Amino acid sequence: MSADYHLNIQNLTMAYGESIIQKDLNFTVQHGEIFIIMGGSGCGKSTLLRHLVGLMQPHKGQILINGTDLWQTSTEQRNQIISRSGVLYQGGALWSSMTLAENLEVPLKEYTDLTAKQIIEVINYKLSLVGLAGFEDYFPSEISGGMQKRAGLARAIVLDPDILFFDEPSAGLDPISSRLLDDLILQLRDSLGATIVIVTHELASIFSVGDKSIFLDPTRKTIIARGAPQQLLDTCDDPHVRKFLTRDS
Amino acid sequence: MQSTCGSKYQLQFNEQTACLSFSGDWLFSAGIPDIEPLLGTLQQTADCQNLQFDSDQLGEWDSGLMTFLVKLTDACQQHQIAVENSGLPSGAQKLLSLANSVPEHKGVRRQLLGQPVLTRIGNVTIEMHRNWTDLLGFLGETFYAVLNLFRGRARFRTSDLLYQIEGAGPSALAIITLISTLVGLILAFVGAVQLRLFGAQIYIADLVGLGMAREMGAMMTAIIMAGRTGAAYAAQLGTMQVNEEIDALKTMGISPIEFLVLPRLLALCLMMPLLCVYADFMGILGGAMVSSLMLDISFFEYYQQVQSAVPLKHFLIGIIKATIFGVLVATAGCFRGMQCGRSASAVGFAATNAVVTSIVLIVVADAIITVICQILGF
Repeated sequence: MSADYHLNIQNLTMAYGESIIQKDLNFTVQHGEIFIIMGGSGCGKSTLLRHLVGLMQPHKGQILINGTDLWQTSTEQRNQIISRSGVLYQGGALWSSMTLAENLEVPLKEYTDLTAKQIIEVINYKLSLVGLAGFEDYFPSEISGGMQKRAGLARAIVLDPDILFFDEPSAGLDPISSRLLDDLILQLRDSLGATIVIVTHELASIFSVGDKSIFLDPTRKTIIARGAPQQLLDTCDDPHVRKFLTRDS
Repeated sequence: MQSTCGSKYQLQFNEQTACLSFSGDWLFSAGIPDIEPLLGTLQQTADCQNLQFDSDQLGEWDSGLMTFLVKLTDACQQHQIAVENSGLPSGAQKLLSLANSVPEHKGVRRQLLGQPVLTRIGNVTIEMHRNWTDLLGFLGETFYAVLNLFRGRARFRTSDLLYQIEGAGPSALAIITLISTLVGLILAFVGAVQLRLFGAQIYIADLVGLGMAREMGAMMTAIIMAGRTGAAYAAQLGTMQVNEEIDALKTMGISPIEFLVLPRLLALCLMMPLLCVYADFMGILGGAMVSSLMLDISFFEYYQQVQSAVPLKHFLIGIIKATIFGVLVATAGCFRGMQCGRSASAVGFAATNAVVTSIVLIVVADAIITVICQILGF
């Protein structure tokens, strides 16, 4: 289903029970855009991501992916929509009892009709994209945190998703690994043409990869600024946003 | 023109240069063509030194095309055929250069061939040695922590001990009630069938009373606690290991054995004898039910027979066994938890190993205690 926006969030209110986390969120993400969700710790960034990937149901409002409301459709169609997205979790979220190859094999076996040989070839290709060629038979516990994250990314892109969600991709990485991951995100966007939504509070990443962004505020419980990250830095008057973007205490 | 699924390609030669033209959709949902026939054709043309691509007729493409290209370029490299990517879509060119940007590190790929028998025996021996060393270390540290406890120097929170006591005692009553009553019931039922043949129904009380007090009460309680509490200890400590919570204790100079293991060990040592007495009572009650319903033996008769047939020493032996089993279950659970690796699957292994180790230790210890009691005439 084609639509003007890849992701369209309308009047979204998120809550845990009766406790409202964020309310009246409205934003759109266009096809092929890198969209940053930022804000201080505890503002609900990761909760918003959990809503966008279909792990949590909105308290109020709508989440439209390619024009289809994620929660006003059948479970089958929702699963179909979700399977067209890839998610990179903070710690990689690799299945620890499986090798890297087996981690990538699960979605390929579930959603494609490829033969065992073809699956191995796709796995080799995907791992080579993230610089992990040769690590097919390693368990997640045998590789470093940065490598786990890249393996998580390989699993997230294994089915060529239309949209990729990243939860704190730079968390726990050294500046060099973090920069390499940012470059990889840009390269994947440029080559795959995928839409990318990133939840982060890493300023370097925000400025180097973000096309558009929103800033969530934990006190007012809503979006208090939106625009390109550099534009926010240059023109935004909100003191919270300025403090955040300039690392001013 | 060769065709596989929806993806098509055509190979044309112009002197030393081969041109591979793609057409149709190259989506991996429709399968990925095998490169062997193409490679065979390239190799047959002895003077082919360059490979170019033409993607003018190419429809939609995804990782299906890329997987094919990566394989093909690898194979061409091996056969000294130069590959020119400029005829590919720009996205494919970028992905291809990304895939080739980090070459595979030498020696990183694992050989999955079976190891020689001697290597495997060696590895198992080293692993066993490591396990025994870990166990001895754990037992030593635990012994030291118990000594500290008696000297009043052990550092743990009283609230933790009370929490563990609640978990290992009152919270286990429901399952102990169910299992013990049923065990007493089964013992009585099996005995009733045989004893009725000889008109010796009243001895059902002896059978159930002795069986529960001396053996089954302690044994069944220990097995329940191994599956319930021992596994929980292993999973809790294993998860703490994964989350680096145990490292945090160590770096604060707090002994994790004192802080985490001691409360659990104490809780189970204190609760097991009480649970055992309770299990004995419930088992005997289960036997009484069968006796009164099937054999017309009144509760009072049954009670008097149990009292005369089962002297206190049998209950004491059961209680001593239960205490020892408690130590074994807590030790096995905590040891496997502390030994746990740093992944979710390792926590699962730790819990499974804790239960298996506990049950093996319980049965072995029971056999040893039974033989000792026999020798001592108890």
